[in-house]
Amino acid sequence: MAFSRLKTMRKTTRSNIVTFGIVILFYLVVQLLSAGGLLSNSFEGQLIPICAYVVMAVSLNLTVGFLGELSLGHAGFMSVGAFAGVLVWTVAGKSLPVFAALPLAFLAGGVAAGLFGVIVGVPVLRLSGDYLAIVTLAFGEIIKNIINACYLGYDSTGLHFSLQDQSSMGLDPDGTVLINGAMGITRIQRVSNFTIGILLVLATVAVVLNLIRSRTGRAITAIRDNEIAAQSAGINLTRYKLTAFVVSAVFAGLAGVLYGLNFSSLTASRFDYNTSIQILVFVVLGGMGSVRGSIIAAALLTVLPEMLRGLNDYRMLIYAIVLIAMMIFNQSPQIAAWRKRLVEKVRTGLGKSKKTKEVA
Amino acid sequence: MALLEVSNLGIAFGGLQAVAQFDLTIEKGHLYGLIGPNGAGKTTVFNMLTGMYRPTEGNIVLDGKDITGKSPELINKAGIARTFQNIRLFNEMTVLDNVKVGMHNQVPYGMWTGILRLPAYWEKEHEMDRQAHKLLKIFDLDGEAELKASQLPYGKQRKLEIARALATNPKLLLLDEPAAGMNPNETAELMQTVRQVRDQFGIAVLLIEHDMNFVMGICEEITVLDYGRVIARGDGKAIRNNPKVIAAYLGGD
Repeated sequence: MAFSRLKTMRKTTRSNIVTFGIVILFYLVVQLLSAGGLLSNSFEGQLIPICAYVVMAVSLNLTVGFLGELSLGHAGFMSVGAFAGVLVWTVAGKSLPVFAALPLAFLAGGVAAGLFGVIVGVPVLRLSGDYLAIVTLAFGEIIKNIINACYLGYDSTGLHFSLQDQSSMGLDPDGTVLINGAMGITRIQRVSNFTIGILLVLATVAVVLNLIRSRTGRAITAIRDNEIAAQSAGINLTRYKLTAFVVSAVFAGLAGVLYGLNFSSLTASRFDYNTSIQILVFVVLGGMGSVRGSIIAAALLTVLPEMLRGLNDYRMLIYAIVLIAMMIFNQSPQIAAWRKRLVEKVRTGLGKSKKTKEVA
Repeated sequence: MALLEVSNLGIAFGGLQAVAQFDLTIEKGHLYGLIGPNGAGKTTVFNMLTGMYRPTEGNIVLDGKDITGKSPELINKAGIARTFQNIRLFNEMTVLDNVKVGMHNQVPYGMWTGILRLPAYWEKEHEMDRQAHKLLKIFDLDGEAELKASQLPYGKQRKLEIARALATNPKLLLLDEPAAGMNPNETAELMQTVRQVRDQFGIAVLLIEHDMNFVMGICEEITVLDYGRVIARGDGKAIRNNPKVIAAYLGGD
């Protein structure tokens, strides 16, 4: 009995190590290739978005895969995080050194997105299924439109804010415009780099994996599997639904900060309905409830359109075929059985070669 | 003082009075049966006792505390656990994790302890594993601890549901048709297990069951419900010979 427990403990630890290994390996390979000058410019430009989308996919998986609620507004939290983080960065970055201002920016992004997670989550989590999807979808669009209409600036007299246009802010001529309506935030001092991105990915994966294999995570997955039974087992539904939703929002916010600090300008229209759907596609194709799947799907499907750019007209055709192929590979029961057999074969093969080595 | 005192409990769905004037007293450490023809309101009584339905009249007092109309979560915390007529397990979770969900409020630790893998995490998880395996052993499920709950055969799923309910450390256990779909051997074994659970944990059990051998075999007091009202109460022998009960089951007037 104790032995079987040990073995399974090891199995999950092993699986976690593989997940972390994939991320670290990806980092090392990219660094090597980059040092050797073997990476194309367009690919290097994709590295930080890849990290941001991986964080988005892993965090959305917490809501969709583990809590079992469909959220279509994940990009909204990314947007909130990005704007809060970039604002803090543009203000604090001027007076504070980078190593202090940058964590502050991430903190602001995470907290702001988390706050919105609570505000949206409290009413919305009373709903479920399609209704929840519709409300989160609306939330994403509302956030986008509000930020698009937002004018924010400061001068010697303090902060100025307007929802109409730039002139109605009443800014002094020497004042600074922070958010300029639909133009968003401009002239951002770019500070994100691939290492920060990978660190954020590792942190996200660690938190999500640890959370899931803990008392809190069990409560969340129990709610997904059977709400009534979870309730009768003494689990507070609202509390754990909200926990999953808010943690998910916080990481979306952090991803937003990483993403926002990678470009010289930031507009709210980048985080629209399409972005939310795209991230949902990553989660569904990677396998709901599979953190590793989310990572791989997000990375692959972010790079792919760029890599296929040379093919012009055929680009979206191939993208669609890849989506279908991934879906079959991950979801079809026959393929799943085939994969299982393959793994078994490889494993026994390895076992044999090890034994023969020992004999020799 | 009795463990559970239910007085004048009733619920109406719109104009339909599903249960009315239901009284029940349960003493610690005893086995009770609730029987009646289909649609008599047995599961409705369970649903009121566990907070799934809010009674429209009457009181439920557990251990001196009024729990009428409280949420299922709070009622579970107060000490009532249940199983369901149509099995409700956490299908995608392992057998072990199903039981550990039951221990949610018994071995608590915070979210950050789990995320940061603090020493308390390992301690509490180890404690949960130990207790869960002990429970699973009672139900002869310890060999399947790492299987998904949905992979278990039907009879074992029923047992796992009872194990999960016990993991919440209840004072009163409600079993909704625990022997449904079991063969005579399994039923006999389950009777043994229910008795053992009562003796070992010192809890009271109230069960709904259609298998009369099962009910008559283990219940010390049986309540018979028909059209939402109690028509008889007593030990197995008294119930078997009660003309009202015979009429309710066989029809007639």
